[in-house]
Amino acid sequence: MKGLAIRNQRAFASGALFLAFAIFFFVEALTYPAGTAAKMGPGYFPRLLAMVLATIGLVVIFGALSPTAEREVLRKWDFKGLAWVTGSVVLFGALLFPLGLIGALFVLIMVSSRASPEFTWTGALANAAVLIVLCLAVFVYGLGLQLPVWPSFLN
Amino acid sequence: MDLFHNLAIGFATAAQPANLLYAFFGCLLGTLIGVLPGLGPLATIAMLLPITYALPPDSALIMLAGIYYGAQYGGSTTAIVVNLPGESSSVVTTIDGYQMAKQGRAGVALATAAIGSFFAGCVATLALAALAGPLTATALLFGPKEFFALMILGLILASVLSSGPFIEGIGMVVLGMLLSLVGTDLSSGSQRFAFGVPQLFDGLDFVPLAMGIFGFAEIVKNLEQDDKLSLVTQKITNLFPTREDFRRMVPAILRGTALGTLLGVLPGGGAVLSSFASYTLEKKLSRYPEQFGKGAIEGVAGPESANNAGAQTSFIPLLTLGVPSNVVMALMVGAMNIHNIHPGPEVMTKNPTLFWGLIVSMWVGNLMLLILNLPLVGLWVKLLTIPYRYLFPAIMVFCSIGVYSINSGTFEVYEAAVFCVFGYVLIKLHLPAAPLLLGLVLGPAIEENFRRAMVLSRGDVTALFTSPLSASLLAAAAIAILLIMLPTIRARREEALQE
Repeated sequence: MKGLAIRNQRAFASGALFLAFAIFFFVEALTYPAGTAAKMGPGYFPRLLAMVLATIGLVVIFGALSPTAEREVLRKWDFKGLAWVTGSVVLFGALLFPLGLIGALFVLIMVSSRASPEFTWTGALANAAVLIVLCLAVFVYGLGLQLPVWPSFLN
Repeated sequence: MDLFHNLAIGFATAAQPANLLYAFFGCLLGTLIGVLPGLGPLATIAMLLPITYALPPDSALIMLAGIYYGAQYGGSTTAIVVNLPGESSSVVTTIDGYQMAKQGRAGVALATAAIGSFFAGCVATLALAALAGPLTATALLFGPKEFFALMILGLILASVLSSGPFIEGIGMVVLGMLLSLVGTDLSSGSQRFAFGVPQLFDGLDFVPLAMGIFGFAEIVKNLEQDDKLSLVTQKITNLFPTREDFRRMVPAILRGTALGTLLGVLPGGGAVLSSFASYTLEKKLSRYPEQFGKGAIEGVAGPESANNAGAQTSFIPLLTLGVPSNVVMALMVGAMNIHNIHPGPEVMTKNPTLFWGLIVSMWVGNLMLLILNLPLVGLWVKLLTIPYRYLFPAIMVFCSIGVYSINSGTFEVYEAAVFCVFGYVLIKLHLPAAPLLLGLVLGPAIEENFRRAMVLSRGDVTALFTSPLSASLLAAAAIAILLIMLPTIRARREEALQE
């Protein structure tokens, strides 16, 4: 029955997040020279900040455990939506040079569209066509941004 | 005399046909994107940033300012017509604006918002122009101690004003500051937290982070909740307020403008605080308090004037002291850095045409919004009916191209993807992202000023409290923290900042 002890799961996780970052930054900052207060090295300020963040993290964690804490459970996560959206961005980055802008945009739009519960192939394809034309007109021809329009093997 | 001379310099820049055109397109695009559901000013500016990359710096800034006002105005439009605040500063507008729309007075509410905003914009521009000189002069008297104290005050106030528990807001500020340390340490030249990745030597870029958190992660969140929009379907016909409407709105506009102009200057202040304060004030002073929440015109006129005035005067601390007072201003810093402008007291002296041109173009932007928006209201309302499943891939496309174009590299694209995941974690944990971004932007300057102050005082921390100016700034920060601990204020704050 460990779950019952944590009254505010949301705050507990937030505090843990702060604490984790604080420890990460502190441990890494230990490898930089700290210097003295009058002549600070690159490690001084990060250690100071990390200690402040660790304190805040602990305060938040204890607040979440206190018997008077508001009861709050962690909300449900939509890993699928997150994966489609994040994945489409990563694919865009990976495919921009090999496939060129048109191909990369096509993949970006089709993959990210899958994140919507109302996804349809025709809708997404039509949207992709419109958006690709729009982007070429605005960014490539209109604004003249340096973007690799065509796949790298054509150059 | 100086004021007029400076404004004349500004007009010479802002009134160039090309710049007028950029201001116009900025306002138009800003409203166009800002009106779309789920896109606040921050996401709008982030999305439209790439459009300004290719422009000369002054035109780019003028266009960005236009985008900002347009986005703000777009937020008010959705607040009134569909009860959906595009951003937190128009939350209060939904209370009475949407009620007016339900009574068939959407047109009047929109016109009231436009007139109020325009008037507030004019006053705030003058305030900005008048205060810029003296404040810049003050800023030049600031030493490292004072800058350090000022930035601490700004960050504390920003966390006080963000939603959720105060301690978590401060935690996000500190986390943002830690993230800002990634990259080359300017004093020693050594690398910190870069782990040998050359792209990190210049630090974490602000734009991919903002787009990841406010663009991509927002999308994941919006896709989870499928609220149906409650669109007011009646055609918007009558735009003109009656004589009675005018009689009631004018005092509200005047008070809202005054309040917004003052509160906007405060570090951590800006549009959100101004609009909430104005609504409370109007309700207190009104002869018809029972009408509030049921379509009182003062409830639209006051907050809308206040948020516009506040939006504009929040440029004051940025342009004169180099301290962004809210996230939108922090994003402006990011945008300016791309154009190699580093906001602070030197901008006005080194680059007067840019500085005054920007200020005058704010007024021009307000004028354009007034002319542009009332006739186009019908179009804006139509845009609201675009289904989100077509809209969000467009946002993804714009953001991805924008992120790529910062350095013409894909590293930033991956960075944005990482911060998308991080942003989603923040949303799930209900942690506010705005303080994180402020910490990220202010972090390097805080460290630098802290280190310099400590060198000057030979490592004596008490020196921060012996200079009257820095002591009073830090005292103000301490008072803000103490106030927030008081149970009554805590309860009211939670009520006011509910989203």
